[in-house]
Amino acid sequence: MLNSILPLLVDGLANAALIFFVAVGLTLVFSVLRILNVAHGSFYSIGAYGAASLGLWLVSVGANPWLSYPALLVSAALVAALFGPTIERLLVRWTYGKGEAIQILVTFGLFLILEDLQRMVFGVQSLYQDTPMTLLGVTMVGGVVYLNYQILLIVLALIVLIGLRLLIKRTRMGRLLAAVVADREVSEAMGINTDRIFMLAFSIGVFLAALGGALATPTTGVAPGLGAETMVLAFAVAAIGGLGQIEGAAIAAVIVATAKVLAVYFVPALDSVAPYLVMLAVLMVRPQGLFGVAETRRV
Amino acid sequence: MTRLLPLITAIAVLTLLLLPVVLPWSQFIITIAIAKGFAALGVALLLRGGLISIGHAMYFAIGAYVTAFMMKSDMLGDLALLLLGSTLVATLVGLIVGSFLVRFRAIFFAMLNLAVSMVLFALFSKLYGLTGGTDGMRVSVPAIFGNVLDKAAFDGVLYYVCIALLVIVGFLVRAYFKSPLGYGLKAIHTNEVRLEYLGVSAYSITLIAYTISAALAGLGGAMAALSIGHVLPEYAYWTESGHLVLTAVLGGIGGVAGPFIGSVFLEAVHTFAVDFAADAWNMILGATLLLVIFFVPRGLFGLFEGKPAKRASADEETGDTPNTAIEGGAK
Amino acid sequence: MSQPVLRAEGLELAFFGVKAADGIDLEIREGEFLAIIGSNGSGKTTFLNMCTGYLSPTAGTVYLGEKPITGMAPRRIARLGIARAFQIPQLFTDQTLLENVMLAIASRRGIWEGLKPLNRSVYVEEALELLALFGLERHAETITGTLPEGLRKLADITLALALNPKLLLLDEPTSGVSAIERFSLMEKLMAALRSRQMTALFVEHDMEVVRRYADRVVVWDAGKIIAEGNPAQVLKDPKVVERVVGVV
Repeated sequence: MLNSILPLLVDGLANAALIFFVAVGLTLVFSVLRILNVAHGSFYSIGAYGAASLGLWLVSVGANPWLSYPALLVSAALVAALFGPTIERLLVRWTYGKGEAIQILVTFGLFLILEDLQRMVFGVQSLYQDTPMTLLGVTMVGGVVYLNYQILLIVLALIVLIGLRLLIKRTRMGRLLAAVVADREVSEAMGINTDRIFMLAFSIGVFLAALGGALATPTTGVAPGLGAETMVLAFAVAAIGGLGQIEGAAIAAVIVATAKVLAVYFVPALDSVAPYLVMLAVLMVRPQGLFGVAETRRV
Repeated sequence: MTRLLPLITAIAVLTLLLLPVVLPWSQFIITIAIAKGFAALGVALLLRGGLISIGHAMYFAIGAYVTAFMMKSDMLGDLALLLLGSTLVATLVGLIVGSFLVRFRAIFFAMLNLAVSMVLFALFSKLYGLTGGTDGMRVSVPAIFGNVLDKAAFDGVLYYVCIALLVIVGFLVRAYFKSPLGYGLKAIHTNEVRLEYLGVSAYSITLIAYTISAALAGLGGAMAALSIGHVLPEYAYWTESGHLVLTAVLGGIGGVAGPFIGSVFLEAVHTFAVDFAADAWNMILGATLLLVIFFVPRGLFGLFEGKPAKRASADEETGDTPNTAIEGGAK
Repeated sequence: MSQPVLRAEGLELAFFGVKAADGIDLEIREGEFLAIIGSNGSGKTTFLNMCTGYLSPTAGTVYLGEKPITGMAPRRIARLGIARAFQIPQLFTDQTLLENVMLAIASRRGIWEGLKPLNRSVYVEEALELLALFGLERHAETITGTLPEGLRKLADITLALALNPKLLLLDEPTSGVSAIERFSLMEKLMAALRSRQMTALFVEHDMEVVRRYADRVVVWDAGKIIAEGNPAQVLKDPKVVERVVGVV
C-alpha cells in the first residue's frame, strides 16, 4: 500500500506546491488590498504561456538546456512587471473600499479580457515544454520512480513560504506591509506611501501566480481554460486556509492535495470534487477559514 | 415612470410577440435570452440584498438536467410538467442549500456558492453513467399536453410560452420587490442589525430570497435545455455564474426588466460578434462590463428608469451613502 | 408603586478581564422615564446590549415583566415589546425615510403579508403620522443615507417608536443634536411617550436634560451602579459629581 500511495503523495505534494504559489498570491493580495481578485488565475496561465513560449524558443535556437530554469523565473518576473503595476493602477485601484460585489465584477471583467488576450497571443493550441523536467531525471527509491522535478517544486514552495515570512517579519518593506494591513488610515497618516505598497503587493501577487504557472509547464502543459480552472482551485485553497493567511494557504494546499490523492486512490470519480468538498466542510464550520480571524460588528 | 409602466410593458411584449414573424432567426436568440434572463433575475434579486453569488449557474444547470432526466423517462416528457418539475427541484435544492448558506455574507457567501456549484459541476462531468459526463445529455422534443410536434413547431410554441412566463413571473417578482419582504431584502444590504431590532428575522428574509432566486434560475435552465436540445456540465461552471452576475449588472438590478434587457442585449451582440470578432467576444464582454460599472452604475435599465428617489438637498450636510445598489462597503 | 416593566438581576459581563457589568440590579417601573448616566466606558451601552439580546451576560437574568429574556435573539426580544434607538443611527440608508418607517410598521404587524405591497395607504398614513412627531414629514421621500446626522438620529428614534413597544431604550437621544434643538427634541419625545403610555430608559450625557426630564436617574461607574434616585438629589451627590458630572 505504501509503495502505491507514496508516489501519489509526492505527486500530490508537487501539485500542492504549484497551487500554493497561486493561492498565496491571492491571499497576499487580499490581505493587503482587501480584494478578492477573480482574474488572479489568469496570471497563472499567462505565466505558463510565457514560460512555455520562452522555453520552446530557447530550444529552437539551440541554447544551453540549463538556461530553461532561469527562463522559468524570468518569464514570471516579466509577467509581473508587465501586468502588476499597470493593472493595479489602471483598474484595481478604483475598487478599493467598494463593496465586494463591485470588486468581484471588475476583476471578473478583467478575467474575461485576459482570457481572450491569451487566445489572441498564444492561440488555442496547447503548449508543452519538457526540458526542465527531463534534464533533472528521476530518483529510484524502493523500486518506485520519482521525478526530481517534482521534488524541486516542493522545495521551491517551501523556499517561497519561508521567504515570504522573512520578507514580512524581517524587512522594512514587510513592516510597512503589516502596518498597512493593520490600519490603512493610520499608516497613511504616518506618512507611509500606501499607493506604492498596494502596487507592490499586487505585483508580488501576480509574480507568485505567474511563477506557479511557469513552474507548471513542464508537468502539465498549458491550454485555454487553465486560468479559469486554476482560479477556483486557488479560491478553495485560500478560503480553506483563511483569506489573508500565508501559512494557512500552505497548509490548505497540502490538505487539498492530500484529499485529491485519497480520492484518486479510493473513489477516482471524486478526485475533482475533493477540493470543493473540503472547502465546503471547512467554510460551513469556520467561514473565516482554518487560520482566519473572525470579525464582529459593534453597535 | 410608474404610470407609463403598463404601456411600456405592453409595447415590449407586443414587439416580442411579433418579432419572430418579422425576423425568424431572432426566435432562438430571444428564447435563450429569456431563459438566461430568468437566471440573471435570480442573481439580481440577491444583489438587491447585497449578496453576490458566484455559483448560481448551478440552479440553471439543475433546471436543465432535471428536464433532460425527465425527458428520458416515458411518462414525464410533457412541456408543462418539465417546466414545473425542473423549477420545483431547483427550488427545493435552493431551499436546502440556502438554509445552510444564507447565514453567510459578503465574500463568504460568494465563495460558498462557488464551492457548491463546483461540486455539482464536477459531479455532472464525472458521473458518466448518469449524466453522460462531459458529453452532456440530449434533450429530445417533448409533447405539449400530449400533442407531439416537430422541432420547429415546438420551438415556436416554446417561444410564446417563455414570453407568457416572462410576463407572469415578471409581475410576481415585481410584487415581491414591492412587498415588505422585498423591502426587507434591500434592508439586509444596508442594516441587518436594525432589521433584527425591528423583530424581523434576517435569516428568513434571505432564505426566501435565495429560494426564489434558485427557482428563477431553475426555470431558466429548463427553458434553455428545451430550446437548445442539449445540456452540458459547463452550465454549472463558475464562469457561467460570473456571466449571470454580469448580465444582471449590465441590465441593472433596479427592477424586473433589467436582467432581461441585459440578457437580450448580450445575446444580440453575441450573435453579431460571432461573425466578425469570434475571438474577441469575451474581451468585448469584459470591456462592456467595466464600462457599465464605471459609467452607468445603474445598468442599461437605469437609462430608461428616470431619476432616482430624492436625495437631501445640497445645502444640508449629507451623510455617506452607497451610490448604487451594488456598491457599499463591507460591514 | 407600579409594576417593573423590566428587571435586571445580578448582570455580569467581562471583556478581556474588564468588567463592563459587575452585578447590575435594576428595575424600570411602568410609565417611568429613567435616565442612566456615567462616564464613557462605564458599561451603559453594554447594559442596553444585554437587555436587547445583542450580548449575553455571563451571569444574571433580565426579566421583561415576569418573563426571563436573557439569551434570546434581538428579534425575539423586539417582538416581545422592547424597542431600541441607537447612539449611532441605524437606518436602511438606501431607502427613503418613508420606506424605512413603513418597513418598521410592517415588521410590527407581521412582515409575512405575502405579496401585498408595502406602500398601502394604511401604512403610508401611519408612517406619516409618526414622522410628524418630530417634524420629519417633509423629508419622507429622502434617502435616509443622505440626511444630516441630527435628522438621522430622529429617524432612528421614529423607527423604534413605530414598533409601539412596551419599553423604549434610547442610547443618547440628544447626542448629535445641536444644543439649541435639544430641549425641543426632548419635549416632542416626552409628548410622544406620554400619549402612547410608553415606559422609557435613556442613556444621557447632558445633565440638564436629565434634570429636566428624568423621573429617576441611575449612575453608572465601572460596571456598577453607584447612585440612584431623584435627579435633583443624585446630581448633587459629591461622589456622583466627582465621578460623572464633573467629567462630562
